[in-house]
Formats: sequence, structure tokens, C-alpha cells
Amino acid sequence: MDYGVVEDVAKQLYIFALKTIPPDVTDALQRALERETSDSARSILQTILKNIEVAGLTTNLVCQDTGLPVYKVRIGSDCPVDGVKLRRAIVRGCERATVEHPLRSSIVHPLNRKNNQLNSGEHMPAIDFDFSDGNCVEVTMIPKGSGSENMSFLKMCLPSEGIAGIKRFVVESVFNSGGNPCPPTIIGVGIGGTADLCARLAKNAIVRPLGTHNPDPEVARLEDDLLEMVNQLGIGPMGLGGTTTCIGVNVEMAYTHMTLNPVAVNTQCWAARRAVATIWPDGRFEIGH
Amino acid sequence: MEHRIQLPTIESAMRSIHAGDTVFISGPLFGIRDATQIRIFDRGVRPPADLSGHFVIHTAPNVKKRPDGGYEKICIGTTTSTRMERFSPLLISQYGVRGIIGKGGLLEGSTVAMSTYGACYLSIVGGAAALETTQIEEIEEAYWEDLMPECLWKFRVKDLGPLLVSIDAHGRNLYFDVKAAAKKKLDEMF
Repeated sequence: MDYGVVEDVAKQLYIFALKTIPPDVTDALQRALERETSDSARSILQTILKNIEVAGLTTNLVCQDTGLPVYKVRIGSDCPVDGVKLRRAIVRGCERATVEHPLRSSIVHPLNRKNNQLNSGEHMPAIDFDFSDGNCVEVTMIPKGSGSENMSFLKMCLPSEGIAGIKRFVVESVFNSGGNPCPPTIIGVGIGGTADLCARLAKNAIVRPLGTHNPDPEVARLEDDLLEMVNQLGIGPMGLGGTTTCIGVNVEMAYTHMTLNPVAVNTQCWAARRAVATIWPDGRFEIGH
Repeated sequence: MEHRIQLPTIESAMRSIHAGDTVFISGPLFGIRDATQIRIFDRGVRPPADLSGHFVIHTAPNVKKRPDGGYEKICIGTTTSTRMERFSPLLISQYGVRGIIGKGGLLEGSTVAMSTYGACYLSIVGGAAALETTQIEEIEEAYWEDLMPECLWKFRVKDLGPLLVSIDAHGRNLYFDVKAAAKKKLDEMF
């Protein structure tokens, strides 16, 4: 693996993710505009779509929030990789994007709030590693908006609360979030696992493209039920009323202990930025959504 | 109704606009955020610019430093206002701010202060920063650069908008209306 290429790709991927909206998200926003009945909500959706267009025309960032830089890495079984060098290359790529573009550094020490102006620090960027078949490394970059990240929730429901408990917690979370996370949102839900795994599943759920369903039919049904329920609240675009509060609910699950019924909510703003790169050991790479 | 406001402005102008109206603003505009207001109100440092009659916007921009020491805009957008609720009544009562631009809304204390002193909260579309950047002509000043990017910014804007008046100087808060209707739905569901 050429780690110089990985570094360049990690840099380009961050900037590409900030300047473009994935086509599944733009399509969902367009369909929401066609369905929306409230005049003020329609006007907000029109501004959102116009903004995506202006970002394209001016090659500017869609949103000013450079977010929490999150990289999700999947290493192919036939791809020789040194994990330490890979991690270092990604961190440097994130820092170079910040300095060379330049981008706003949004990352601070949690206690003294000092900003090193690099969008990095202890455990930042946040990098997850996973594995799959194949001869390449796939890197998904998510500049996670903080207005929506602030609307993250975890509840260890009781087994006796069942599916009804899960539904209630998700709908209440959307209600409590109101206009803060820049609706229309994508709601990522994690169910099962341990508390920390459940929260990670919720984050994985916001990355899954809209229009896809969880392969487990019971979980897929829960996704449809939740989408219908949260849109009945009438929170609307930017929390100012309307039928479009949410453009998708994705649920990811893990088996859990018989004693547990954990549910986590991770909220993604309408500017649901994500980008994916595939890198081969010979130095070739592709960047897209 | 649509209004065009040249800044700075006065109380009677703010009393004449109502929740649901649309506003475009031109003139100087101050950018503030969490760290800026922690310095002003928790550390008790007086801001180095007179905010009286002015509007503020909740922001921390992407900028590029010029060789002459000034700043060039890259991308300027708006952050969530509710985090800064506890500072907002003080901005109005102590510093004479007439308008707060943000997203997500403000709460009870700000709603009361706006009706008492004659100020409004104006909603911009969060995340629509590429468009917002085209309506900001220039960064005139960056005070407190050590707080980068949460400095006290002075921008000059032209026809910034459309801004929706969502909390007016007559006690109406559109976010509260939406939340009350949603609460009813929530109670019906469970």
C-alpha cells in the first residue's frame, strides 16, 4: 500500500465530502419538496436545494460546519496493510485538508477548549476499522455536523418495553430535537449490542444510503414504521412546521444480552455529507459517494 | 409581509414586523458564538465594538488570512442558537442588540426579552452556507482573534435573506407553536 496516496486521498475525500451532497440525499430532498404542503416549509426546501446548486457552481462548502472528521475504513482480506501507517496517513490527510484548503478547524480539547487549528487531537479524526473480502481499502469519510451530533441519545430500555419502547424513545428523541439538528434529518438508530456498540450502530445507520433497507425484514419494517411516526409530529424543515421532518430512518442491529434492550439515536442533518474512496495497493484510487 | 432593513436600526422598526414576515438586511452584521459570549458574559469582558441597534448572527466562519492581516471569506453559515439561549436576553437588555439571526430558535427568556425591549429572532436556513456566503460582501473586522474561529466578527452584508421572523417583539414564538402541536401528536401516539 502506498501511504502517500492514502494521505492524499484522506485529504481530498474530506474536501469532496464537504462540497457535495450524495445523489440519494438530493433526490430525497427533491421528492420532499414535491410532497410538502406547507408554504414556508416549501420555501425552506427550495433554499436547501438552491444552496446545493450554489455550492456546486461556486465549488464551495455546502455548510460552514467542517464537522467532526470521521473516517470508516474497510480493509480487504487480500490487501496488505500496515494499520499503524494507514492510521497515520489518514490523520495527516485530515490535517492537510484543514491547512491547505483552508478549512475551519472545529476540534477542541474537551476541557480547556483549545483549538490546534488542525481538526485533529486525541482520538481525532475518529477512525473505525473493519474488514471485508477484496483486494482494496475502502474509506468512507463523514464530516459529521455538530448541530445534529448534539442531538444524540441513548436509552437502555427494559426487555419488557419491547419494540414499543424502542419506537417511543426514537419518536421522543426527534420531538426533543425540534429544529436544532437542521431537519429534514436522517435518523440513525442502533438497537441491541452493548451501550457503546449500540451508539456506533446508530452512527453506521446514518451513513447507509437512503432508499436501502436493513436486510432483516423485521428491522426493515421498524424503519418504515418509525419514518411514518416521526413525520406525523409536524416539526418540519428547520423546526418551523411541515410534513417533512425526516427523509429516512435507518436501523442497524446487533444481538444483545437477554437483560438488555438498548436503543441509540444518531441524527444527521439534511446536509448529510459523506464520501467514499476505494484505494488499491498499486496506488490507483477512486472517489465518489 | 416583506421588509428590507438597513442596519443599525431602532426599536420602532422592530415593533413594526411580525412573526411570519420575511426580512432582508443590509449593512454591518456581527458574528458571535459560544466562546465569544462566554468571554462577554461569564468573564465579564466588554465587547470591543458597540452592538447597540445592531443584529448579530450565530456563526463561526471558514476564512483565509490575507497578507495585510485581514480575512477573506471562504464559507460563512449559521449555527444552532438554542445552545446560546442563556446569553441572548443579556445581549438585548445590556448591549441593545435588536436582532438575532440563527437556526433552531431561542427559548422563553429570549422571547420575553424581545418583547420587553423590542427585538426579533430571525431564522435563516441552517446548512445553506454556500448561498449565505454569496450575500456577505466582506469581513470588515475580526476582534478577539485568539478565539479563532469563535472571534467577534464584523461582516458587511447586502440583502441577506430571506430571513423568517420567528420570534417577534410582541411575544410570539413560532417554534413554540410548532412544538405545542407536535406535543399533541406525540401524546396521541403513545
